[in-house]
Amino acid sequence: MNRKEKMKITMDGLSQNEEFARVVTAVFASRLNPTVEELEDVKLAVSEAVTNAIIHGYPDGAGEVEVCAEAEITEAGERILTVTVHDTGIGIPDVEQAMEPAFTTAPKGERSGLGFLFMKAFMDHVAVDSKVGEGTTVTMTKQIGRQDK
Amino acid sequence: MQDTFIYEAKGQTLIIHMPKELDHHNCRDLRYETDLLMSECYITRIIFDFTKTDFMDSSGVGILLNRYKQMRLGGGRADYYGAGAQVTRVLKTAGIPALMSRYESKEEALYG
Repeated sequence: MNRKEKMKITMDGLSQNEEFARVVTAVFASRLNPTVEELEDVKLAVSEAVTNAIIHGYPDGAGEVEVCAEAEITEAGERILTVTVHDTGIGIPDVEQAMEPAFTTAPKGERSGLGFLFMKAFMDHVAVDSKVGEGTTVTMTKQIGRQDK
Repeated sequence: MQDTFIYEAKGQTLIIHMPKELDHHNCRDLRYETDLLMSECYITRIIFDFTKTDFMDSSGVGILLNRYKQMRLGGGRADYYGAGAQVTRVLKTAGIPALMSRYESKEEALYG
């Protein structure tokens, strides 16, 4: 039996919503019965993606950030969490470059450039779809309950 | 709601007590505040206290790395103590243990 549940939140791209987004997503993800560590991974990845959307997607002020999550239990009993973070900001001209460790365009020198590295390290799969002037969508998946991860 | 940083100076050492949640939002004041403190006091060592921190992301790592670089430029150092499981994993992923020493307690960090 394949079961799927989903949620979607749209919020202002304000920094105080970074915590809100990761906590809501973690509460949603908890229905897949993850370990504490898996929940922390999800929170971290969501925090990175939402922070990117707020800082880099909307450098000149706030737009909206949308966070969608899907919890799926497949016929084989696998528990899969998919999280999508979407903004309609300025987009990323070179996604490959943006995903390089320590690469950052932030001018103030206080950013580590590790956001995408963290998403990739703590989720199973990360895909970035971006168009300059239209926005960016980051899709991340994680299988819950896998011993080796 | 904003967590605040609490600073504690011991001689030339500055201890920064990190908040419960350390993300981009909660990091915003740290740079300004430490710069201010360091312009007024002669600091050769920064110690980050993660005892209360449940969550840290790459924004927190950015703060640490920049304070570390600042200390190194003047021949000083930066270390940390009290890191829980989540913070430890994040620091490891970012390669921080190669740059900064980890201690279990404030006393150990201060007096070895």
